[in-house]
Amino acid sequence: MSDAIVRLSGIYKSFAGVKALQDVSLTIEQGRIHCLVGENGCGKSTLIKIIAGVYPRDSGSVVINGREYEDLHPIDSIREGIQIIYQDFSLFPNLTVAENIALNEELAAGRRFVNWRHVRKVAEEAIAQLEVHLPLDARVEEMSVANKQLIAIAKALRQNARLIVMDEPTSALTEREIRRLFTVIRRLRERSGIAFLFVSHKLNEVLEIAETITVMRNGQVVSSGSAEAYDTARLVFEMTGQRIAEKAYDYTPDLRSPALLRVEKLSVPGALHDVSFELRPHEIVGVTGLLGSGRTELALALFGLLPIASGQIYIDEKPVAIHSVQDAIQHGIGYVPEDRLTEGLFLEQSIGRNIVVRTIDRLRNRFGLIEPKQVAQQVNDWIVSLRIKVADPALPVKTLSGGNQQRVVVAKWLASNPRLMILNGPTMGVDVGSKNEIHELIKKLARDGMGLLVISDDIPELLQTCNRILLMRNGTIVEEILPRATNENELAAKLIED
Amino acid sequence: MSKIFRSNEALVAVTIVLLSLVIGLNNPTFFSVGNLFDLLRSSIVIGIFAMGVLIVIISGGIDVSFTAIGVFALYSTTRILKEFMPDAPIWVAFMIAAAIGLGLGMINAFFIARFKLPTLIVTLGTLSMFHGFLLFAIGNQIIRDVPPAMDQFARSALVRIPLERGVANLHPAILITAAAALIVWLLLNFTMLGRGIYALGGSREAAERAGFNVPRIQYFIYSFVGLLSGVAGMTFGSLARQANPQDIVGMELNVIAAVVLGGAQLTGGRGTVIGTILGVLLVVIASNSLILIGVPAVWQRVVIGLIILIGTGLPAIQARRAAQGGMRSI
Repeated sequence: MSDAIVRLSGIYKSFAGVKALQDVSLTIEQGRIHCLVGENGCGKSTLIKIIAGVYPRDSGSVVINGREYEDLHPIDSIREGIQIIYQDFSLFPNLTVAENIALNEELAAGRRFVNWRHVRKVAEEAIAQLEVHLPLDARVEEMSVANKQLIAIAKALRQNARLIVMDEPTSALTEREIRRLFTVIRRLRERSGIAFLFVSHKLNEVLEIAETITVMRNGQVVSSGSAEAYDTARLVFEMTGQRIAEKAYDYTPDLRSPALLRVEKLSVPGALHDVSFELRPHEIVGVTGLLGSGRTELALALFGLLPIASGQIYIDEKPVAIHSVQDAIQHGIGYVPEDRLTEGLFLEQSIGRNIVVRTIDRLRNRFGLIEPKQVAQQVNDWIVSLRIKVADPALPVKTLSGGNQQRVVVAKWLASNPRLMILNGPTMGVDVGSKNEIHELIKKLARDGMGLLVISDDIPELLQTCNRILLMRNGTIVEEILPRATNENELAAKLIED
Repeated sequence: MSKIFRSNEALVAVTIVLLSLVIGLNNPTFFSVGNLFDLLRSSIVIGIFAMGVLIVIISGGIDVSFTAIGVFALYSTTRILKEFMPDAPIWVAFMIAAAIGLGLGMINAFFIARFKLPTLIVTLGTLSMFHGFLLFAIGNQIIRDVPPAMDQFARSALVRIPLERGVANLHPAILITAAAALIVWLLLNFTMLGRGIYALGGSREAAERAGFNVPRIQYFIYSFVGLLSGVAGMTFGSLARQANPQDIVGMELNVIAAVVLGGAQLTGGRGTVIGTILGVLLVVIASNSLILIGVPAVWQRVVIGLIILIGTGLPAIQARRAAQGGMRSI
């Protein structure tokens, strides 16, 4: 009993009559790595905020370190050693790494003056505890996402964290960075007895790191127990309430037919080196590799965002020059970027406007003005055909879940009738159910004759959606892999091989 | 070493040296003690204002009402002195002006911290309000027969160097600017309040989560800027030996330009006292000394504009290049 840090039982919480949590019970034990999984909107975030003391509960009991809290305030939660690392990390981009790590502690100690030597000492100690190397005098904005996360963990440690809650910690990390994060987490757990609550929907990672798993669906805990009792199929089943069996996309292209896209000896200094491949209609070709292998640069080069030094691109077997995004669009290429939030969407703008933004020229009447009826018609068509779940197309895109946002990006590009789509990390940060639907959409587009290039390091995704996979390393394609001739472990091994 | 040269301060310093060389080689009087003292004298008021604006900009806000606060404090103080205590010493005048500035600054702070209104909107509003109220309720006539303390202060000198013709004077008000710079430097670098100002400018949400009392920081910022503006206004009047309700207002953009040139970013979170001092010097040299090499007065504004464009544009382009280079080298 005494070794539980957090013990929630019978928690109810609703927002404006909508039930977010119903009878939720959760026990987080000291020094355990506990994973909380569930689809977007299942109540995971609400539950975290209740533990953090940000949201008051409607009913139920919260016991932290053996003490029952009637009203839990954020400050109580912090005093009990609960540290939440949100997805944005709450760091100060303009301050140095050292100051970011030490600032909260200095502030909590009620200091009025800054002792820079002390700040440095605090930061050095925290970094030493993590056993990682971070430049203490660099500004945080110069750090990679993975390093920012380590800084956030270091900061949490300095506040005597006994439980660190991480919300989707791996969604923006590469394979190698995830390995490093997991090493750090395991080390902290073993040496310092810190417990972790991991919120994720990357199931293979959950299965790898978790000791205890709790699955939520529709605001309720559907199952909870030791991680050994779970496998991917059971997790998917419990998260979605249905068994999803994705059928692989099996397609053998006719090698005599003209290629939609042919790339010959494409080179970009420092990024790509002699990349050659072809893509035929109906094909879904996966491009994979570690970060820095050139997978993203290849997409950028094909879309006119990265100047090509040498090599040739052919569309329909005719040589073309792609110097700009306009050129790429002219040749029927669409690109769904990796970071849809900053590159693919106008977050504050309405869902409808985001869908038609690429084709607004075609929706003008003879006076050159936008025809609202036509716009509404087109928006509606896309919402129906891509099954985007919206309450009202006039709402801003940022109100949608990750999976639905991704569908809006896809709709935006489909509206301009591309013949070739490049999808960079199409299901990054998307839950299992929506992921499946996006995969089905990709396959449907291919069946209808489009050629698709899927850039991803999500191995199951590659195996299930692509008919061919190109493995990149150090800026060049090193191997072509047929999904039916390999399996997850083999591909994973090839991916991280140097 | 290379890092020092890439810093914004170094860039501004190099620009100042180059500009001085160009002007000085064409007209040697630029390097005379007299001209140096003149430049410093011209930097006094803009320097005090700039220290206030620096704090606001670091916090991610903007204040355009400080000139109105300055002239309001100057004019009201002069009238108070004339009416009630014509023989008061100059430090009393400064105290009164600082108090008036503080009061007006607190009005800004109230709207910004209490109602979370955008800082530009609030200060644009109070700029007109303060100035309008001054002209309407306190007076719109230029006061030329200022109290004797102000008159005396205007004639005093910190350093007096006899020249072939006349004397070169360094006005003691430069000490006010120096004190303001020192206080702001200590505040920003060695107090938690100062770090809170940087934190607020870096990420308001993170600052709140870290436990900074953001409204209290904002109350401090805008009140303090008001106080500094009151002092700056009073200094302006004592140097000019008059209180003109139409003076000072209109200087806002030059002051903000000097601060931005000095490396403070309008998006918040970045800026230093040293950089700001250099920015002020650059703007003062550009507007005072170009006339020495025959640049007509009307062109000075164009030149200042160019310096701002180049001075803030170059680092931005450099930063973008560096970011792209970084992306390619992974």
